[in-house]
Amino acid sequence: MDNILKIDSGDTAWVLMSTALVMLMTLPGLAFFYGGLVRKKNVLSILMQCAIMLCVISLQWILFGYSLAFGPNKGFWGGFQWLGLNGVGLEPYADYAGTIPHQLFMIFQAMFAVITPALIIGAFAERMKFSAFLLFSILWATFVYDPIAHWVWGIGGFLRNMGALDFAGGTVVHINAGIAAIVTAIVIGRRKGYGSPIPPHNLPFTMLGAGLLWFGWFGFNAGSALAANGLAVNAFIVTNTASAAAGLMWAVLEWFHNGKPTTLGVATGAVAGLVAITPASGFVGSMSAILIGLGVSLICFIMVAVAKPKLGYDDSLDAFGVHGIGGIWGALATGLFASKAVNPAGADGLFFGNPAQFIIQLKAVMITIAYSFMVTLLIYKLVDVLIGVRAKEKEEVLGLDLTEHHEGAYTVL
Amino acid sequence: MKLIIAIIKPDRLEDVKKELYKKEVNLITVNEVLGHGRQKGVTEVYRGVVESGNLLRKVRLEIAVNENFVQPTIDAIVKGARTGEIGDGKIFVLDLPRVIRIRTGEEGGEAIG
Repeated sequence: MDNILKIDSGDTAWVLMSTALVMLMTLPGLAFFYGGLVRKKNVLSILMQCAIMLCVISLQWILFGYSLAFGPNKGFWGGFQWLGLNGVGLEPYADYAGTIPHQLFMIFQAMFAVITPALIIGAFAERMKFSAFLLFSILWATFVYDPIAHWVWGIGGFLRNMGALDFAGGTVVHINAGIAAIVTAIVIGRRKGYGSPIPPHNLPFTMLGAGLLWFGWFGFNAGSALAANGLAVNAFIVTNTASAAAGLMWAVLEWFHNGKPTTLGVATGAVAGLVAITPASGFVGSMSAILIGLGVSLICFIMVAVAKPKLGYDDSLDAFGVHGIGGIWGALATGLFASKAVNPAGADGLFFGNPAQFIIQLKAVMITIAYSFMVTLLIYKLVDVLIGVRAKEKEEVLGLDLTEHHEGAYTVL
Repeated sequence: MKLIIAIIKPDRLEDVKKELYKKEVNLITVNEVLGHGRQKGVTEVYRGVVESGNLLRKVRLEIAVNENFVQPTIDAIVKGARTGEIGDGKIFVLDLPRVIRIRTGEEGGEAIG
C-alpha cells in the first residue's frame, strides 16, 4: 500500500506520453527518414523492417529482453528473474524510478530496445534478405543490446558503477547501433551499382521522418528524467537546442563546401544533433548544447562527405556516419560539458574541473565499441552460415519490395 | 535520319548512358514505362490476394540520330543493356522524316546533333 501511494500522477502521465513519443520515432519517424533515402523499389522493405522491429522486439522485451537488460543481477546481464514480466508489477521499483509503476519503466525502455536494431537498417539497406534481417535482429537485440543496456543502466551494471554518464542512450543506443552498422556494411558488401549515383527517391519523406524523429526525441531524452520535473525540462530544452544548432551548422557547411544548403543536409544535421545530445541531455546546460550541436555536424559532415567516399564502404544511409560517430562525440562531450549545476546527481566534466569524468566516458565508449563490434560480427557470420544474409543479385536489381514482399510501393498506372 | 527506341532494364540505364557517351551520342529522352515480354510479368500479393501478371518496370529510351550514328548507337545500347538473361529488352529503329530544332528553326540532320 505504501508503494502505491508513492506513484506520482504527473510523472506517470509524462512517462506514458514519452513512451508513445519514442514509439513514434521508429514508426513512422525512422521508417520514413530511411525510406525516403532509398530507391523506390526498396522503400517498402525499409518500412517493413522498421514495422517488424516494433512487433518482434516488443515481444522479445516482454518475454525475456527486459529481464536480461534490467534484471537485478551483477554480471554479464540481468538474468532470468523477470522473465515474462514475472515480478514486474504496477508498483514502483525504486532503484529505477521511484514515482512511476515498474511496468511503465519497462515499456518506456521497450521502445528504446525497438529503435536500436532499427537504426542499423541504414547500413545494409537495399540488399539484405528479410528472413536474415529478422534472425540477425533478434539475436542482436538479445546478445548485444540487452547486455550493454544492463552494463550502462542496469542495477549492478559495471559501467554504471564505474560512473559512466549516459542519460538517454548515447552508448547503449547510438554507439552500439552505429558500430553494428559499420560492421554489417563492410561484411555484407556494397550495393550493386555502387559508384554511380544512387539518389534518394523521396526527400520529402526523409524530412517528414526527421521531423517525427525530432518530435519523438523529446520523449527519448526528456522522458529519460522518468519524472515531470526540472531535469526533464532541461533535457527537453537542450535536445531542441543541440538539434537546432546541428541542423543549421550542416546547412552552413554545405553552403561553403558545395555552394548550396540542402534539405537532406538540414535533416541529417538535425538528427546528428539529437544523437549527440542524447547522453548529455540530463547533465549539460543550453550553451554547452549549442557547442555539442555545432561540433557533431562538423565531425559527421567530414565523416560522411569526405572520409566515407575515400574509404569506399557502403554505409548506405549513414547509420554509422551519423549515429556511430555522433554517438561517440556525444558520449565524449558529456565528459567535457557535464555540470553538477545542471544535475547534482550527475558529475562535473573536464570543462568543469573534473578530467576524470572524461576518462570514464572514454573507457565506456571503447568498451561499447569493442563488444558491439565483436559480437555483431559473430552474429552476422552465424546468420550467414545458417540462412545466407545477402539477397541474390537478381533480387537486388528488381528491388526488395517485389522480391521479398511481393508488393510495389507506387503504381504507375 | 532514324529514331531509335529501346526498352531496357531500369538498372542498366547508367551503363547504357556511359556507352552512349563513349560514342558521342549525348541527346537522349528517357521514360519510365511498364510492360512485359516473354517473361509474363511478376506476381504481387495484396492482403493475401495474389495478383499475377503484373507488369514489370522498364526504361524506354528515345534517340534521334543521323545515319552514320545508327549502328554505333545500337552497339552502345546492346553493350550497356545486355545481361544475357530474359528481359534484357528490345531496340526498334524507325525512319524519321522530319526534325526541327525549336530554338533556331533548323531542320533535318542539322537539327539533330
